Amino acid sequence: MSSGRIEAAHEDVLPGRLSLGRWTFRLASALLVAIVALQLCDTLGLVSIGFTNWRPAMYAFLLWSVALAWSQVLKYGETGKQTLFVLPAILFTAAMVIFPTVFGLYIAFTDWNLNAESGHHFNGVDNLRTLWADSYFWNALGNMVFYVATVIVQYAIAFALALLLNADIRARKFFRVVFLLPFMLSPVAVSWMIGKSLMETRFGPLANFARFLGWENPAFFTNPWIARTTIIAMDSWVWIPFMVILLLAGLQALPLDVKEAAKVDGANVWQTFWEITFPLMLPVSLTAIILRTIFELKLADIVINVTAGGPGGATDTLSSFVFREYRDRSNVGYATMVAEVYLIIIIIFITLLLKVASRYLQKMT
Amino acid sequence: MTTAIGAESKDDEREGEAASLAYWVARFGGRVIVYALLLAWTLVALFPLYWTLSTSVKLGRDVTQGHLIPWIDFMPSWKGWQSLGLSPDTISQTSNVREEFLKKFINSVICSIGASAVAVMIGSLAAYGLSRFDYKFGPWRNKDISFFFVSQLILPPVVLALPFLVLYKELALLDTRTGLILLYSLMVLPIVVWVMRDQFDTIPAELEQAALVDGCSIWGAFFRIVLPIALPGMVAAFILSLVLCWNEYFFASLLTGFDAQTLPVMVASQTGSQGINWWTIAALATAAITPLLLIGVFLERYIVMGLTAGSGK
Repeated sequence: MSSGRIEAAHEDVLPGRLSLGRWTFRLASALLVAIVALQLCDTLGLVSIGFTNWRPAMYAFLLWSVALAWSQVLKYGETGKQTLFVLPAILFTAAMVIFPTVFGLYIAFTDWNLNAESGHHFNGVDNLRTLWADSYFWNALGNMVFYVATVIVQYAIAFALALLLNADIRARKFFRVVFLLPFMLSPVAVSWMIGKSLMETRFGPLANFARFLGWENPAFFTNPWIARTTIIAMDSWVWIPFMVILLLAGLQALPLDVKEAAKVDGANVWQTFWEITFPLMLPVSLTAIILRTIFELKLADIVINVTAGGPGGATDTLSSFVFREYRDRSNVGYATMVAEVYLIIIIIFITLLLKVASRYLQKMT
Repeated sequence: MTTAIGAESKDDEREGEAASLAYWVARFGGRVIVYALLLAWTLVALFPLYWTLSTSVKLGRDVTQGHLIPWIDFMPSWKGWQSLGLSPDTISQTSNVREEFLKKFINSVICSIGASAVAVMIGSLAAYGLSRFDYKFGPWRNKDISFFFVSQLILPPVVLALPFLVLYKELALLDTRTGLILLYSLMVLPIVVWVMRDQFDTIPAELEQAALVDGCSIWGAFFRIVLPIALPGMVAAFILSLVLCWNEYFFASLLTGFDAQTLPVMVASQTGSQGINWWTIAALATAAITPLLLIGVFLERYIVMGLTAGSGK
């Protein structure tokens, strides 16, 4: 933390305010519990009040949040006012993430299918067993390994582009804007613009260009490996600018005198890069690679819109697989189980990645 | 920078053979390669945009014959824009397609602006709190709270999508803009907290301390003194959020049906079902990406600022 901290001014809270704060919070909590209980009973058919939806519980939660915030100020004075800054975001995130995640865990252990007449039932670890035997799941996971591995290639290209932009060139502003533009486009638009139009086998300019280069029958999405590479090329087209911007900012922040010293020592371009620029850029590089990996793990839109996972699941990502499992088969229970397992894999993977990255950094510096 | 240094160091060594080819290559060759590479990537970045833009004014046969340059290869026509009801001659007539397009367009505008506003509001407050005060909620300190926010970044949309589908059905939020705004706010909140905490960390706390001594409340000091200084950062966070929300497809396609459908869903459904109606889809894609291209060209500074916040740490 570069900036200083601010201590709360000490303030004696009057006993009256203290108890008012306590009671506000207790009352609101009681109200929330009561309404949720009532709605639960109504849903289970114990009483019939005729709620049409769960909105009342949502409003009760909102009211409870306001009461919680207010009681903080009443009870703790200045410190409470400080808590107020961070409280809305915490309550919002908790409500929007924790509840769905817990609820998702419940769904994951049922045979919930939106098309089934019989409703949904708890089915234990059946979904896990299905998942274990599902070749499409393992195939999608394998594809993810490939997609994530290409991040290193994307990083190399992005680094090269950042070096070019950092070179002593004219019209840098123009090139910077142009290089950024692909990042602004929606993956859906990119899917059509590149995947379905530029790569159209019969007359797409890219197909024509491939023919010109000697590829007789340029079909980008029939061979599994070519399809996979094409998908990742499109995704890279969108995301390389992101890494370029991060790396360029890192390059511009490098101390000039180090390079000057290298120049005096008579180091050539190649040596300057590997012995000075690259090591100094390591922290920024790792940030760029980790962030890119996180976004790569979410890859879905382009796959859904260009190949829908084909040919034969060769381009499937975990996300697009779950998407189809839900869209085509309405298999909510199983799809959620796949998603939750994927989340666990991601958390383990990212944690390991961060550990390795920080150890690597420590060793280097 | 690197090439310039290289060229000059060779420059010193070869003072004597100034006229030779080797000298020329060393002096200008690097430069030529740099510009060649820059232009090559410019082509890679811009050609798909040019193709989409030009296809929207092509007829079917111009597309299939691979014509590229207007007025030389082919005559531009308004056919694609006509079918959207957005060409000069149809803009004054009533058009169902245009109304549908405008509806999705407005949905996209409301959802992305609404979500970005919510996220920047609560995200900035939280970021300021985390940058200035020492919190202690049970075992949780500032570091843990920050991690809690930023760790949401790794949550893939698929994990939330299906529970939200069921949840929103129960809450009657399915196919509403409110539902999408809430979800999008959640999606961009980690990024906003990240960017804004970096912003507030660069503002010295002495400023507010002086105001506090003068009798300002902590909230007063925040709104009157800190906020104006942090405004560029907030704009950067807002624009970055705007771009991400505008382009979001996954949640929109699962959680909206008709009323709250956004532009990416419309583009996706057009490219899927109608087959090869090139000029319409190209016009639609052009219309969908134009706002973002404008943002990219004119507000590039803020996007770069938002993306690079905190990356040096």
